[in-house]
Amino acid sequence: MKDLVMETRVDTQTIKIKAEKAQVFYGTNHAIKDVDVEIMDKTVTAFIGPSGCGKSTFLRCLNRMNDTIPSCRVEGSITLDGDDIYDARVDPVQLRAKVGMVFQKPNPFPKSIYDNVAYGPKIHGLTRTKAELDEVVESCLRKAALWNEVKDRLHSPGTGLSGGQQQRLCIARAIATSPEVLLMDEPCSALDPIATAQVEELIDELRSQFSVVIVTHSMQQAARVSQRTAFFHLGNLVEFGETGQIFTNPKDPRTESYITGRIG
Amino acid sequence: MSGSLFTLDARTKARNAAERRFRAYGLGAIVIALLALVWLLISIFSAGLPAFRQTFLTFPVTLDASQLDKSGTGDVAQLSKITTITYAKILGQSLEAAIAAKGIDLGGAKPKQVADLISQESAATLRSKVMADPALIGTTIDFTTLASGRIDGYYKGRVTMDSAALDKNTSPEQLRLADKLKEAGMLAVRFNTGFLTMPDASDKRPEAAGLGIAILGSFMIMAVVLVLSLPIGVAASIYLEEFAPKNWITDLIEVNIANLAAVPSIVYGILGLAIFINFAGLPQSAPIVGGLVLTLMTLPRIIIPTRAALKAVPPSIRDAALGVGASRLQTVFHHVLPLAMPGILTGMIIGLAQALGETAPLLLIGMVAFVRDVPGGLFDPASALPVQVYNWTQRGDPGFVERASGAIIVLLVFLIIMNTAAIILRRKFERRW
Repeated sequence: MKDLVMETRVDTQTIKIKAEKAQVFYGTNHAIKDVDVEIMDKTVTAFIGPSGCGKSTFLRCLNRMNDTIPSCRVEGSITLDGDDIYDARVDPVQLRAKVGMVFQKPNPFPKSIYDNVAYGPKIHGLTRTKAELDEVVESCLRKAALWNEVKDRLHSPGTGLSGGQQQRLCIARAIATSPEVLLMDEPCSALDPIATAQVEELIDELRSQFSVVIVTHSMQQAARVSQRTAFFHLGNLVEFGETGQIFTNPKDPRTESYITGRIG
Repeated sequence: MSGSLFTLDARTKARNAAERRFRAYGLGAIVIALLALVWLLISIFSAGLPAFRQTFLTFPVTLDASQLDKSGTGDVAQLSKITTITYAKILGQSLEAAIAAKGIDLGGAKPKQVADLISQESAATLRSKVMADPALIGTTIDFTTLASGRIDGYYKGRVTMDSAALDKNTSPEQLRLADKLKEAGMLAVRFNTGFLTMPDASDKRPEAAGLGIAILGSFMIMAVVLVLSLPIGVAASIYLEEFAPKNWITDLIEVNIANLAAVPSIVYGILGLAIFINFAGLPQSAPIVGGLVLTLMTLPRIIIPTRAALKAVPPSIRDAALGVGASRLQTVFHHVLPLAMPGILTGMIIGLAQALGETAPLLLIGMVAFVRDVPGGLFDPASALPVQVYNWTQRGDPGFVERASGAIIVLLVFLIIMNTAAIILRRKFERRW
């Protein structure tokens, strides 16, 4: 495992998202218990843990995607730049423009590649002219390392792309609204190794502009792309720290068991 | 398991036999269904197609001024005092004169029997023609008009020489004379546009009965149903599916919608009678009331497939839209609704097709009335296609049997057009995701 961990360094010490004593309930099921996490700006944070440990649930709390589940209830405090995102004054629509999301399964809209990327800027009124919008679409597709592959067929359907291309299109769509944080829920689980490598490379580049939070089942991936890692187990945050430290010198015996393959 | 792969064991044989039996049952069921359909179509078309052809008489009619314009002034008020009785007399005399002019032997037919070759409707047609153009009085015009129902029946095989001998409305002499007129070119059987354009006619005049007002009425009713049930049904479905909280109230609404879809349609007729006519005071027999009643009946039948279509849109599309910061309304209108469109349109058109064929509720709100005047609007009395079928099947004259079947063909054609539209729209809106 040691050789996989890259020479990583946390660039900033600015806290972007801070969760304190966060609790999530699904009806009577206590899914997340007392989670305290600080997500740094311009950093890749990985959430790892066995299936059902609550890492995806917690991720979806960070941009209130859990609002769509009627039985879901969140307690404790989760702040973005110091503002409580569960405050009654917060409109989740505005929050989600700041905290973008990429899902496990590539889910492009059944529209053209161009329209997929342009949708966010359009509904948020980020561009004034068609030329500006074209520019945004091009720069997002370039950032998502997709431009060269699709520049000649921007108006063909996004659903016609391969799985890896679709996922990069979804990333381009997510960054088109200029979010401050990008949440990624197992973005590579439906992709082949080559596409995975492309997306991972992309995540590393995106780090220069956004704070990225990635949920992954692959410990190698967490080791490769993240600077900080959080290990969840049965709804608890077991350990949270520098990725190098988590993988080489875990403090908690459960973390060690998981990364060495004994549990999970 | 032992033994060669080439020998089937008992268990495999039994399983294969069971599969063969099941396939045979399925095939049998399809064959029975197809036979029933073919039988239905053959019986409807063989009975109904003759309604689209009609026997017409053509002969010169002398519009005698001494009978039609006694004052000689051409004053319209005076002309309108002449009733159809006079015109019927003129027609009878003109036909007799025309037969004599062609040198055709009457073969024992009395003048009354000659006049009875002509439909009773013809006098009114001639009178309308003259009233529209009084300058015709005093001239001789070539007049084409309907032959009476019995003569028409003779050329469609409904009336025979034997049945005519027993029938007080016709006689073998009349039929023989009709044959001679046909040879002389005064009588012909040809396509009858009047079946699709003319209003209903009374019991004694099946030859003049048409579907004009019924088709118009059905169109008006469908327009009302479409305009009301599409927006209400789709809006209700979207609210229930995408916005409404899931609690006991919405559960109750859902159960009630399912139940309403199963309520017998005649119950909606009683409801419409009580609410729209007795309480709201809307006119009877009016397409607006028919449309309102059928809207009530159609709504649950549209809401259920619309909700199913909305539910079938993958949640990942909603996630994607919400994830880039679309509001719930934007998510629905930009992404969910376009994807659900094929299903919604199909449900809509099937609902409309059901409403088009619905008879019972319309009977209760008075659409069974005999209507001769073309309705000028939604509040004027009109008829409807299925009601017209019901109406004609109750008439005594055998001429109405073919007309009822003919009306069913027209109804089926409209239904086929609507279902084809459903398929075309479905194809047009269908997209992969």
